[in-house]
Amino acid sequence: MTSLTASERDAGRNLQGNGNAGDVWADRIFRGATLVAGLTVLAVLALIAYSTTKEAWPAFHHAGLSFVTSSRWDPAHNKFGALAFVYGTLVTSLIAIVIAVPVSVGIALFTTEVASPRLRRPIVYVIDLLAAIPSVVYGLWGVFVFAAWAQPKYQTVAGWVKHIPVLNTIFGGSATGRSFMTAGIILSFMVTPIITALTRETFATVAQDDKNAAIAMGATRWEMIRVTVLPRVRGGMVAAVMLGLGRAMGETIAVALVIGSSHQITTHLFSSGDSMAAVIANEFGEAQGDHRAALIGLGVLLFVITILVNMAARLVLRMTSRDNMGSRA
Amino acid sequence: MTATMTPPNAPTPAEPPEWMLRRSVSAGRRVRNGLATMWMLLSVLAAMVPLVFVFGYVVQKGAHVISRAWFTKDLPIVDQFPGGGMKAAIIGTLVITLWATLMAVPLGVGAAIYLNEYGRHGRLARIIRFMADVMTGVPSIVMGLFVFAIFTLKYGLIGFGGSLALGALMLPIVIRSSEEMLRLVPDDLRHASDALGARRWHTVLRVILPAALPGIVSGSMLAVARAAGETAPLLFTIGAARNTNTNVFRGPNTALPLQIFNNATRPFDAAIARAWGSALTLVVIVFVFTVIARIVSARFSVRR
Repeated sequence: MTSLTASERDAGRNLQGNGNAGDVWADRIFRGATLVAGLTVLAVLALIAYSTTKEAWPAFHHAGLSFVTSSRWDPAHNKFGALAFVYGTLVTSLIAIVIAVPVSVGIALFTTEVASPRLRRPIVYVIDLLAAIPSVVYGLWGVFVFAAWAQPKYQTVAGWVKHIPVLNTIFGGSATGRSFMTAGIILSFMVTPIITALTRETFATVAQDDKNAAIAMGATRWEMIRVTVLPRVRGGMVAAVMLGLGRAMGETIAVALVIGSSHQITTHLFSSGDSMAAVIANEFGEAQGDHRAALIGLGVLLFVITILVNMAARLVLRMTSRDNMGSRA
Repeated sequence: MTATMTPPNAPTPAEPPEWMLRRSVSAGRRVRNGLATMWMLLSVLAAMVPLVFVFGYVVQKGAHVISRAWFTKDLPIVDQFPGGGMKAAIIGTLVITLWATLMAVPLGVGAAIYLNEYGRHGRLARIIRFMADVMTGVPSIVMGLFVFAIFTLKYGLIGFGGSLALGALMLPIVIRSSEEMLRLVPDDLRHASDALGARRWHTVLRVILPAALPGIVSGSMLAVARAAGETAPLLFTIGAARNTNTNVFRGPNTALPLQIFNNATRPFDAAIARAWGSALTLVVIVFVFTVIARIVSARFSVRR
């Protein structure tokens, strides 16, 4: 970071007077080309927003606010209310987060505080493999293996809670293998590596001196983690959870295969439902006209939500890493 | 299993912390520490369970579908027929991903060079860096819709549409990993090259890029692995071919992830078997890329 700025270095070179005009131009062209490459990111993002909104416009125009406030999705009658899908996206992502966060934090703590360096590497590799399995493979396994295995378990649980208030509104009702719960569980496998990697990164920023101090005061390992690590990483963990949430909300194919595709809003997690991304995947093939526009509209909605979640997460991450640097200086 | 049970004299990899040896640590504190350790250990095991089961089933159910014909024959005329092969989808996946790579890697490395060698902490560079981070979070299905809107409506269902969508997914990953690698190149190299009177572009191409190359290659391969497994961006961009098509600019194409998705939703045994076979093939392809990336980065990286 102590290096000279680009313009200072260029100034030095120009004073040397040994560069011919062609060289100067080559440098400018090269810089310009890399700048254009960098600008494609901004161009693509802008183009995504513009082109999808343009294609979705007829649906937005036609449905107005009812696009997000109505749950009546009836392509045959040109009614497009996406509320049920928004609900499904939120519910499945929340289930995924609720399952994945404790597991991810546990893994991150194990690799940073407990495992020996020799054990650490293989664990990190294996967790990364979890992220390498394609979404559609999780979906295939989820629908043919997991959903079939889970259905009787769901039914047993639904039987247990039948007469318990509150619990029976969540776990009661008719239980099926292709459901919000199955989708959430499959999603939790997919977001665990992301949340683990990010929390591990923030855990690693905690100063060893602080940990040593806690141990020297007679703390057990857990007490050391509680007083030195956890308070320091709250921001990083919030960001990690948000990025995991963003990923879960955008996940398409696995959810499309296991969620059961029924347009309903229900508190019963063992019932089938649908999510924004899954509906696009399942219906786009046959869609024409306004129906297609409405599906692209769902994509616009998904894009806006995930972009906002990601921006917020990155800002939190940036702020907390700056704080940590400040405290260490 | 838990660390608290380790007797003080046992040979442990790290020396046991002092508190473990003391009698004065109360039972409650020991129990809480043990429970916390148990939680961490169980978390690691819990993450292994899906991995083992997904792998196990993919190999078990996919292996017996795969034969010589799997790699040499195209798809049967209808999904319920047994027989035929997956050549069309294997080739499709490879050429579509190849074209995506040809677009995303040069652009991504170029952008990374701008960010690390020219823009650095400037306002524009910070915005691009931030937006590249944000772009990694754009759902893959949105990329598919985007390409459908700007490309497919005009040029029809061809392999190149899928390449565009996958390339857009890869771009931010390549940018961020390449920039990370360029940042690891010590400034001494830049100064040395400057001192010899080299122009900046010369320095970048002859000194900095070669030094960062292994890291860039490995990061790009991870992006390729991620893209090769994507289904959603291909759903409405490449069509549904049954025969091998190596030309991404003409005619519909197909790919392994699409074959898994389509066959999994058909109620025929032959189709479902084909889905498992495709899943095994895809997982092997993705893992080969991932492992090569790891080897490249482990073998050639000096500074890590």
